[in-house]
Amino acid sequence: MASASTAVPSRGASHTARRAALVAAAACVALVAPFLLYPIFLINVLCFALFACAFNLMMGFAGLLSFGHAAFFGGSAYVTAYAAKAWGWPAELSILAGLVTGGGLGVVFGWISIRRQGIYFGMVTMALAQLVYFAALQAKFTGGEDGIQGVPQRSALPMLDLTDNRVMYFYALAVFLAGFAVIYRTVHSPFGHVLRAIRENEGRAISLGYDVPRFKLLAFALSGALSGLAGGLKAIALQIATLTDVEFTMSGEVVLMTLVGGVATLTGPVVGAAVVVAMLTYLAAFGVWVKALQGIIFIACVLAFRRGIVGEIAAMLERSRQT
Amino acid sequence: MPSFDIEVLLGQLLLGLINGSFYAILSLGLAVIFGLLNIINFTHGAQYMMGAFTAWMLLNYLGINYWAALVLAPAIVAVFGVAIERFLLRRIYELDHIYGFLLTYGIALVVESAYRAQYGVSGQPYRPPPALSGAIDLDYMLLPIYRLWVVGVSLVVCIATWLLIEKTRLGAYLRAATENPVLVRTFGINVPLMITLTYAFGVALAALAGVLAAPLYQVSSIMGSNLMVVVFAVVVIGGMGSIPGAILTGFGLGLVEGLTKVFYPPAASTVIFVAMILILTFRPSGLMGRSA
Repeated sequence: MASASTAVPSRGASHTARRAALVAAAACVALVAPFLLYPIFLINVLCFALFACAFNLMMGFAGLLSFGHAAFFGGSAYVTAYAAKAWGWPAELSILAGLVTGGGLGVVFGWISIRRQGIYFGMVTMALAQLVYFAALQAKFTGGEDGIQGVPQRSALPMLDLTDNRVMYFYALAVFLAGFAVIYRTVHSPFGHVLRAIRENEGRAISLGYDVPRFKLLAFALSGALSGLAGGLKAIALQIATLTDVEFTMSGEVVLMTLVGGVATLTGPVVGAAVVVAMLTYLAAFGVWVKALQGIIFIACVLAFRRGIVGEIAAMLERSRQT
Repeated sequence: MPSFDIEVLLGQLLLGLINGSFYAILSLGLAVIFGLLNIINFTHGAQYMMGAFTAWMLLNYLGINYWAALVLAPAIVAVFGVAIERFLLRRIYELDHIYGFLLTYGIALVVESAYRAQYGVSGQPYRPPPALSGAIDLDYMLLPIYRLWVVGVSLVVCIATWLLIEKTRLGAYLRAATENPVLVRTFGINVPLMITLTYAFGVALAALAGVLAAPLYQVSSIMGSNLMVVVFAVVVIGGMGSIPGAILTGFGLGLVEGLTKVFYPPAASTVIFVAMILILTFRPSGLMGRSA
């Protein structure tokens, strides 16, 4: 795991100024981007950025490597798509249904898997996700191989025309920021510190009187709910929910995004999602070799680049400040 | 109670036993590797696929038959395993377990995509050797000889591996190194070499399973990835602590899966995962595992 110093920055005056500059720069990028780049691509990035941040809440801050997060993302995408299409729910309510689905699945997964530690934990979450995959494959409402297509984009707010890609982009941006704010608050709350304590030394956290399983379960529920939010947003924004969203490879991709961007950093998963989605979009012509490239990046990250992009930059800044 | 006839039941039990044979060999290989290296070898499914493909390539490009492939293919894939261990895995032993998981996952992605780019996803047929073709007529059902062969080989391999680890001097070194590698090294035993060979052995087991599977299932680039998740569930159910645990759970779950196909077919693909949930609820360290 990355060191805790990247996760809890020291609060000097220069640091605050630097952070304000970073936030301002990020805001500019977010505002200008849809006029320079293809909005659908950016929407895709936002959905996966939220998903990766939710995943990182568990992997990075609680030290729980789940290999089954596709179940939350894809399961919620199905529920949202179905609610919007078959029941005619407005987008907001449908996405909320996705969030609740993700949270519910998170509680179930958590309840079963937190009995096992470390690597077993990853294997259990993977098996549970496979169960959800088979359920999605066999259930009637998911539309089998076709998935649910042509999901209506109808907001409860009449002035919002979500079929306009730029409007949809800002809508997705708002949902992403709301989710990100929750993660930010969680990481900086006492709860977030207990999660880090569990990650660093579970035995000591128990001996200090923390109810570790309950904290892990809560982290799982929160991560599941936010992954569900991402999945629901994706179903509305891209108008489709398919088996790809709930497949095992999706669980692997979110791990990759987090690893590339920086485990246990707040913004790392966002950067990682942008990199991986860009790779999947712009290198799609290379077909199956994109998967091989993903594998190579995995290997490179584990062997030489464990802090990820954001983690490496943070470490570099740290070094320059000390000298 | 749904109606069924005895032929269907026996047929599915045999199929279950065959699936169980593969689960047993594969989870055995995982257990052997995990024991010494403390790595869950995610590349196992890809190595199983490589075993099947190597046998296919030996036959189609070099005209080498099944019997030779049964030895050659695992050996070739094991050499690949040695390279992985020497150049990649060796660098991360001191890190958290999850990095081993991620690294081997990355290797699996690369290997499977390379085969997929070359051969697509459609299956290549591989005929069983003439001596194992055909079936025995038992009056009430036909028993394909090749399937019996697979179950037999799997049993022999599993028992031999168990004997090797539990009853020989080499196995004793291995178990000692699992408990305390530093101490074993001070006695002058070459532990790094042992680690390399252990990984190669586990990989060879996966490849052997692949060669055995080649005539039964089509040889394809994706044959390993789906199987792998099931084998992981088997491993969780059995518990990684014991070799017999891996073997017995493998066969047992194959049978359970076969029975499910008779009584409630829609659940056949999920029954192992449901079994995993139930067993974790009541026995958190698996059926035979020590607590993790």
